Amino acid sequence: MKAFAELVSELSGSTKTNEKLAALAQYFSCAPAEDKVWMIALFSGRRPKRIISSANLKQWCLDITGLPSWLFDECYHTVGDLAETIALLLPSPPRVNLDEQGLSYYINTLAGLEKAGETEKKNFITGSWMEMDRDEKFVFNKLLTGNFRIGVSQKMMVNALAQTVKLEPSVIAHRIAGKWDPAITSFHELLSEEGTAGDISKPYPFYLAYALDEEIEKLGPEEEWQAEWKWDGIRGQLVKREKELFAWSRGEELMTDKFPEYHVLKELIPDGSVLDGEILPYEWSINARENEPNAPLPFSILQTRIGRKQVNKKHLLEAPVAFFAYDLLEHRGLDIRETPLTERRILLEELVQSVDHPVLLLSPQIEFSSWQQLAAIREGSRDRGAEGLMLKRKSSAYQVGRKTGDWWKWKIDPLVIDAVMIYAQKGHGRRSNLYTDYTFAVKDGDRLVSFAKAYSGLTDQEFGQVDAFVKKNSLEKFGPVRTVKPELVFEIAFEGIAASNRHKSGVALRFPRINRWRKDKKPGEINTLEDLKKMLERYGK
Amino acid sequence: MALVEFKAKGLYCPPGNFYIDPWQPVSKAIITHAHSDHARPGHGHYLCHPDTLPLLQLRLGPLNAQSLPWQETIQINGVKISLHPAGHIIGSSQVKLEYQGETWVFSGDYKTEDDGISGRFEPLPCHVFISESTFGLPIYNWKSQPEIFAEIQQWISNSQAAGKTPILIGYSLGKAQRLLSCVSGITNNIYVHGAIWNVQETLRAAGHHFPAIKKVEPGLPASVYKDAVILAPPSADGSAWMKKFAPYSVGICSGWMQVRGNQRRRNADAGFALSDHADWNGLLQAVKATGAQKVFVTHGFQSVFSRWLQENGIDAAEVKTAYGGEEEEQEKPSTSPEQEEEINKPSPS
Repeated sequence: MKAFAELVSELSGSTKTNEKLAALAQYFSCAPAEDKVWMIALFSGRRPKRIISSANLKQWCLDITGLPSWLFDECYHTVGDLAETIALLLPSPPRVNLDEQGLSYYINTLAGLEKAGETEKKNFITGSWMEMDRDEKFVFNKLLTGNFRIGVSQKMMVNALAQTVKLEPSVIAHRIAGKWDPAITSFHELLSEEGTAGDISKPYPFYLAYALDEEIEKLGPEEEWQAEWKWDGIRGQLVKREKELFAWSRGEELMTDKFPEYHVLKELIPDGSVLDGEILPYEWSINARENEPNAPLPFSILQTRIGRKQVNKKHLLEAPVAFFAYDLLEHRGLDIRETPLTERRILLEELVQSVDHPVLLLSPQIEFSSWQQLAAIREGSRDRGAEGLMLKRKSSAYQVGRKTGDWWKWKIDPLVIDAVMIYAQKGHGRRSNLYTDYTFAVKDGDRLVSFAKAYSGLTDQEFGQVDAFVKKNSLEKFGPVRTVKPELVFEIAFEGIAASNRHKSGVALRFPRINRWRKDKKPGEINTLEDLKKMLERYGK
Repeated sequence: MALVEFKAKGLYCPPGNFYIDPWQPVSKAIITHAHSDHARPGHGHYLCHPDTLPLLQLRLGPLNAQSLPWQETIQINGVKISLHPAGHIIGSSQVKLEYQGETWVFSGDYKTEDDGISGRFEPLPCHVFISESTFGLPIYNWKSQPEIFAEIQQWISNSQAAGKTPILIGYSLGKAQRLLSCVSGITNNIYVHGAIWNVQETLRAAGHHFPAIKKVEPGLPASVYKDAVILAPPSADGSAWMKKFAPYSVGICSGWMQVRGNQRRRNADAGFALSDHADWNGLLQAVKATGAQKVFVTHGFQSVFSRWLQENGIDAAEVKTAYGGEEEEQEKPSTSPEQEEEINKPSPS
């Protein structure tokens, strides 16, 4: 565990990509094969199953330290990370040189304890704590509590792995994609061609676009580009092989069971096909065949069912989904990602036509003859339920990961509203011990009504200034939350708005964030609840 | 009777008619130590430890001041006053007040571990203890100085082996002197920022002995820094001043580095939780050793620390001071750019 703890320390300490790459490559070249497999799993978002609750971990930490619960909570709110809080609170006596156990030993032992009683779990976990130094405790607790977000992207891990095993990063990205169990997959199997061929569910790594950050004219001649709507749903792939259908999300989560609507496609899509597209809430009827699809339903409708383990009839009725196909990646069992987009599009159109079922739609191309005309069309995105446009070079291959050059997203400007900050809470990770999580309110007559939380959009320096303001101007303390004198005005940007009965304001925003600090505005000049309701009327239906 | 009241201008002793570390100008002030949030300009008369005096003069210019060595006593309006080591920085003192059978102690800033430079913190039995609480949470539990020094030395060697110039960031008064004794354990090729240089010159002139250092000067070629270790104050971190040392690696030395998030926020290559304040256990020990029945808790995590004391049978109350923000001072921000400039002024000879 020492080696892995050191790696994690180095990665979170370093700010330079080259150093992180070197640290990862170093680990790949030294660690035992079974540890490498787990490390790939952890850094690609495959976490071990949680076998113990946070409440238990906290309790055991209290048992050992004798601290009261409230003091633990104060520490947690300051540190902003449960695993680290516990690692800091537990005693760290000088380490006796014990037999070094690796990453996989701890993960496998924990997995073996899944069905065990609480005492047995407690004995193993508290016993392990006693043998570890602070850094080891931290990563061990991270394994117990879930995610490993420490400033290393999957792409970086793949690049480091590519250096050590002498394979192209795109090949590795494909081989480690999809469904595999780190507990029973060997390092060799994982990276071998046969391993990939043997897994019929395996999706392709997604090709992602950057936001267009320059004049549209700079893209060159219009005729070299294909334009589509940028839909606001869940990016996904439909994989149909050997009579089986798999639906993957962009987060490489297998979601087949969550979308029973797609099951009919198992009979209709030919074997050896992989489609890239968007999982969208959409009202379709079995008899309707539109030439051009209608606008999808708001994303908030989809949110009512994606979190559920079991999708019931009510969900299917109230939040139906369709698949808007963008691209075809595998055709008749052949990987066609290198074939130019225009040719893939023709094959995709043929496929969608032959399937001929309203749950599978072709995401339409937008006809345009000049950039100017396209810019005008883009202005109507919101009315079509789209976030803007996607621009794809007609000759482009389907690449791996986020790449510049051939694909661009060209989003419309967000909706904005001026609001005042009324609550603040300390942040997590690199914002630990800083008030960076804010709740905002609009006016409703003399009252202030909270309507959104936002955590991002300010510079570090601005966060520092707001933090100082919060510390000087907090009125009351409710656990970790401070009520703050309503004085600072911010422009809040968001992508969409929907009715909600869970929020006091009656609206829920999509992707709210701070657009800018309106130091020029007084709290009296903020927007009203009425303004929000008008936006809901205009865009939320 | 209360020997200290918490007034708008600072901590006030009614029978003695003087202030301790006031934040607004008063006629008579006792100063615990030379950090800028405790030692402010504009008072009519200053009383402090002899080691603090030259530092005050460096900071504030010519002063009407008197110095008082540790353990010696003077009387002001019948109040017996003595200073005692606080272990925070050179000259830092606790203030003990005795009057009509009552004893009150104000800790100023303190740490309980002996750093070999600042004097060993002296526990003082008293009726009422006024304590800081900068690191008043149990997550702050420092490693011993030898342990951290070994880590810093190891990091210096690693950085140099990787072809990078190590730059250690620490406050010019206090941390820099400790770092100097740490770094001099492995090299005598040490360059310091002007702000640290001025403090060192002042300390040297006052008769303190420190390892030899060199000053980073605008005219020097970059090559002289190649195998050196650089010491700089926080205000220099990330500034253009650092460019001449490239390629370099930055290590920040502050108690706040205990938490990973702070380290990442500061964009440091390394963070060392080396603090001049007491950690949680240090605070508890200090309070216990005074035997005080009543404790006032100033700047830091005062609500947490006073609640803990109350639950453990000690009458404790929070006090608002100008030494920190509402809840936590980011460790001794005595190095805002203006203040560093202040230190940078040529010392009055």
